Amino acid sequence: MTTTAESGVHQRLADLAERQIAAGEVRGAPAADPVNLPMIRHWAAAMGDANPVYTDEEFAAGSAHGAIVAPPAMIQVWTMAGLDGGDTVGPVAVMLAALDESGFTGVVATNCEQTYHRYLRLGERPVAATRMSGLSGPKTTALGVGYFVTWVVTWYSDDEPVAEMMFRVLKFRPVERNPEPAKHDPYPLAPAVNRDTAFFWEGARQGELRIQKCGDCGEPRHPPGPVCPTCRSLNRTYTLAAGVGEVYSYVVHHNPPVPGREIPFVVAVIALPEGVRIVGNIVECAAEKVGIGMPVRVVYREMDDELILPMWIPRES
Amino acid sequence: MYSLSGRTAIAGIGATEFSKESGRSELQLAAEAVFAAVDDAGLSPAEVDGLVTFTQDANQEIAVAREVGIGDLTFFSRVEYGGGAACGTVLHAAMAVATGAASTVVCYRAFNERSGRRFGQPDPRLGGQPSSQGVEMSWHVPYGLMTPAGWVAMFARRYMHAFGATSEDFGRVAVAMRRHAATNPAAWFHGRPITLEEHQRSRWIVEPLHLLDCCQESDGAVALVVTSADRARHLRRSPAVVTAAAQGAGRGQMMMTSFYRDDMSGLPEMGVVASALWSMSGLSPKDIQTAILYDHFTPFVLSQLEELGFCGRGEAKDFVADGGIEIDGRLPVNPHGGQLGEAYIHGMNGITEAVRQIRGTAVNQVAGVRNVLVTAGTGVPTSGLVLSRE
Ligand SMILES: [Zn+2]
Repeated sequence: MTTTAESGVHQRLADLAERQIAAGEVRGAPAADPVNLPMIRHWAAAMGDANPVYTDEEFAAGSAHGAIVAPPAMIQVWTMAGLDGGDTVGPVAVMLAALDESGFTGVVATNCEQTYHRYLRLGERPVAATRMSGLSGPKTTALGVGYFVTWVVTWYSDDEPVAEMMFRVLKFRPVERNPEPAKHDPYPLAPAVNRDTAFFWEGARQGELRIQKCGDCGEPRHPPGPVCPTCRSLNRTYTLAAGVGEVYSYVVHHNPPVPGREIPFVVAVIALPEGVRIVGNIVECAAEKVGIGMPVRVVYREMDDELILPMWIPRES
Repeated sequence: MYSLSGRTAIAGIGATEFSKESGRSELQLAAEAVFAAVDDAGLSPAEVDGLVTFTQDANQEIAVAREVGIGDLTFFSRVEYGGGAACGTVLHAAMAVATGAASTVVCYRAFNERSGRRFGQPDPRLGGQPSSQGVEMSWHVPYGLMTPAGWVAMFARRYMHAFGATSEDFGRVAVAMRRHAATNPAAWFHGRPITLEEHQRSRWIVEPLHLLDCCQESDGAVALVVTSADRARHLRRSPAVVTAAAQGAGRGQMMMTSFYRDDMSGLPEMGVVASALWSMSGLSPKDIQTAILYDHFTPFVLSQLEELGFCGRGEAKDFVADGGIEIDGRLPVNPHGGQLGEAYIHGMNGITEAVRQIRGTAVNQVAGVRNVLVTAGTGVPTSGLVLSRE
């Protein structure tokens, strides 16, 4: 439900994100300890990594490295804050705190991609520098409505970048669920989902309107199917629709009653700028206000604990 | 090139009464209709060696054969896609007879559609099956778009937008059908004509469709006997020759929900059927004296007039104005009252009316009938016939 208060919150978060992104890269303190053999030994043992180039001086001397090097995947370990430490003033920390204050208290990591430029040697003292790169949302997810926050950490040794990490978390407002009975009765009109269509319904759960796109000729297609009718390709991908469209046709259902729905309700065929049409309900709009050509945008509605349906609300043109 | 045209004929027709509660099983209804059709042709059930019905029919061919005393069957088949199957059953029978797969084929359809399973009621199971149709329906059912009226209304709204048609234009179809049914004693709405005002006042089912845009629900059964034209000439009744028969599905076709393929203002699958019928018969719309057009919902009667070439695209509203499709109009459509007026037997009762018009025995007989065009279900893969008098 988009209310004025909600859009106020969104505006504040979006403004803050813009400022934090503009702040650019902020360097933290150098690693508490230089790269050292005892920490490498413990880490390698814990990870079950027996490569002697990390621990055996003699072997390492004869290797391409010429001396002991640290496992690249350890990069975060060197600059990790202790239990009480932790950044509270960096651009990402401020963003996450603001999300907490706005009720998006849940957190789950969704992406982590690390890139290593070179191995670290004993005695080096890396410094981590963080810059926030994006805020997107609000998105409706299975966990609740939330924002994705993305940042990039670059590790420097002296001024040479040695590794990078893209990290993304979902900060979400936990869905309040009654312990019992279930929050929703099962929605009686659940779709049949198979391997040709699962991506669409999974997308809806993540607040994305996914439209099938041929991986070879690029043709968009909805409803989706297993084969591209234009080029026979079985290489299916999808594109994320912008989530806007126009009413192509519509009906107002009055009779007979439909399980799981209150009558009357509006169903429309929506033409998307991506070049396909899709069927959905028009909500938050009186039936008599709906017309062919009306601009609409997508919203997501939780029908039960499993199903989220994309629906459409009027959009100011 | 080999042509099916003129090789076969409908030699017998039969039906039960049309009601809201038959009080008997669907198998019994089927048996009664088959007896009536075989009797009408002057044949005995033992002479029947082929049976064709709808995929949706609940009575297996062998069950019907057992009840009526048909012995060996050398041909049986079923036609898919709801009411779109109606004329297709005659096509299948005619092909079987013309190729020698069978000599005498009975087509039948029997159901308690009012007192048993009602197609107009929302059925959540429609979208719940992992079949291709269940998955297809799953783009619509979760949004409550799950009744035939709803699916047709989506096309009707676009048609109105494209051509400036109005609810009154749809209403004129209903008024015509009820006028015809009013003088047909077999019709459920015998003696009960309606006015355009009554149509407009009837409650909304799914806007832009009023109650009186939607056909009734019926219990009943219909059967037809198809045999070679040569043989039919020696039977009791004058033959209704199958001059053309065709099925049709269009590009990007779906069941009632082809919302994704074109401008949604026509019925491309009926266009496929139309071009096949005209080319097979060598006839054109001006050679048709009366047409039986599938009328489960009024808007698609307008689209059919256009797809079949009785008028130009978008012009059907003018064609139906001033009683254009009434019994004394430029093209009498459904002189028996159609499914809106007589009964909803999935289009099969329309074929029997076409045969009566050819024979000259209809209650609302059109003068000088030589060729009758019949269509089947709309919004679905469909079929059509041209039947002719010799
Ligand atoms: Zn392709």
